[in-house]
Amino acid sequence: MSDRRTLQVKQMSGHSGEAPGFGVQREPEVCKLIDTTICIGCKACEVACVEWNDMPFGPTTFDNTYQTMPETRWNFWNLIKFNEHQREDGTVQWLMRKDQCMHCADPGCLRACPADGAIVQYVNGIVDFQQENCIGCEFCVSGCPYDIPKFNPATKKVYKCTLCSDRVGQGLEPACIKACPTGCLKFGTKEDMKYIAEERAKQLRENFGFAQAGVYDPQSIGGTHVVYVLHDASDPERYGGLPKDPVIPWSYTVWKWLAKPVLGTLSLMGLAGVLMHYVSVGPRRPQPEPPLKEGTDVHRG
Amino acid sequence: MSTAVERFDDKARATFDRIGQTEVHEGELLRHRVYTRFLHWMVALFFFLALFSGFGIYLPWLFRWFTPIFGGGPLSRLMHPWFGLGFVLFFGLQMLNWVKPMMWTPADTKWMKNLGQVLGGKEKMEPPETGFFNGGQKAQFWEIVAGSAVYLVTGIILWFGARTFGRWAVAVSYVLHDISAVIMLGGIFIHIYLSTIGEPGTFPAMIRGAVSEAWAWTFHPAWYKEVTGRDPVQACEEARRRGQFESK
Repeated sequence: MSDRRTLQVKQMSGHSGEAPGFGVQREPEVCKLIDTTICIGCKACEVACVEWNDMPFGPTTFDNTYQTMPETRWNFWNLIKFNEHQREDGTVQWLMRKDQCMHCADPGCLRACPADGAIVQYVNGIVDFQQENCIGCEFCVSGCPYDIPKFNPATKKVYKCTLCSDRVGQGLEPACIKACPTGCLKFGTKEDMKYIAEERAKQLRENFGFAQAGVYDPQSIGGTHVVYVLHDASDPERYGGLPKDPVIPWSYTVWKWLAKPVLGTLSLMGLAGVLMHYVSVGPRRPQPEPPLKEGTDVHRG
Repeated sequence: MSTAVERFDDKARATFDRIGQTEVHEGELLRHRVYTRFLHWMVALFFFLALFSGFGIYLPWLFRWFTPIFGGGPLSRLMHPWFGLGFVLFFGLQMLNWVKPMMWTPADTKWMKNLGQVLGGKEKMEPPETGFFNGGQKAQFWEIVAGSAVYLVTGIILWFGARTFGRWAVAVSYVLHDISAVIMLGGIFIHIYLSTIGEPGTFPAMIRGAVSEAWAWTFHPAWYKEVTGRDPVQACEEARRRGQFESK
């Protein structure tokens, strides 16, 4: 992420409101658009991802489909999921969906992560793992609705797609986008990508007979920074388990951010409690104790 | 408890009595044998290891200064389940060792109703029916039994994670594991306070294994009567007449 804006003056003393010129420079949220209706399953994006991120090419698994392996791996972040869908009239449709981190606006992995600064979300919407801060607890796996974070048992850290934050920070598009030969992958601002996606979905509905065509940008997690155009948006599950309404477990929102600090503080109050008991009521000693001083009594309020 | 457990406990107690020793001097009573003391301190050791290594995972923004003790966050995370297993193992043995004297009796219910008097320091001596353990000790013991069961089940789910047990099992376990920890953390302050400065004379029970007779008739009168055959109140009055006061 570029830091051009960090020294932009926001407000100044003696002036009410924002400083002149503040907000003129646009800080757009980025977005990857994946049009599943144009994808030909060439897997150039898979190769580009592995190459740019300097990961060794591991063995693939053949499961009688065009899919490279059953799911993404800690060193394989970008996978074309291949599914055959039989329509009601008996004809078959090939569904190919590029599976990777969705870069949620409300990231479940970030909510679930207990480690200091192991997961960050940039202003531009990219959700990035900082492996040097990761403690390897794998809570992020349970927070993610897309089963994206993958654990490397050798380094005991979790890895996933970075949306090429290193490239985007320098004004380049992610590696997968650059490799795509069909124009199925596009990259730009969230606003622009949403517009193009909606236009394409409209075109599919009106001109190509895909009555259910639509855009996948689930609002249950505040939207994502990777959006899909689907032939049938009413059933995203058929595209290799894309959840219709992804959810983050309530425990990571209510418990972690609200109840935990409160209850933690309460239990530490136990320490204050016993100390106050000691100085106000005092200890109980084995009996008999020496008699009280002549003419005095236990002072009680 | 079944006889197999009793045989195991008897054997363990005898073995540890051969390894260690408990010196009971004149005017003292045997409180805890070597085996009990060994288990107690192993439980305590693993409890604090698990507690401190868990702190940094529970609330890192408040407790991250605990993680360097274990070599940083990743190592804390790696060691925490093993510390937890140690705690559950030794507490499990202590449970077998203690399950009989920890059985709840009507005297304990009465004791709990009287809790306000005890907290206010208004009662100098325990009620005469208080036995080897009082109601409060038993309540805390059974809380730890229940809490340890929660620790074990949810801990294993968290250990092997969402890839094995599914994301919802982890999300729920995470909350239950923490609640159990918060309750036990609150309880440990009370436990340490009462066994040290809160009720002086208690600590030697878990160190040397012996307590003074005065301590016994004050805090566990029914137990005192059981082992000495003497009336606790009468014994206390006799000591008062002889001028045998506990020093301040």
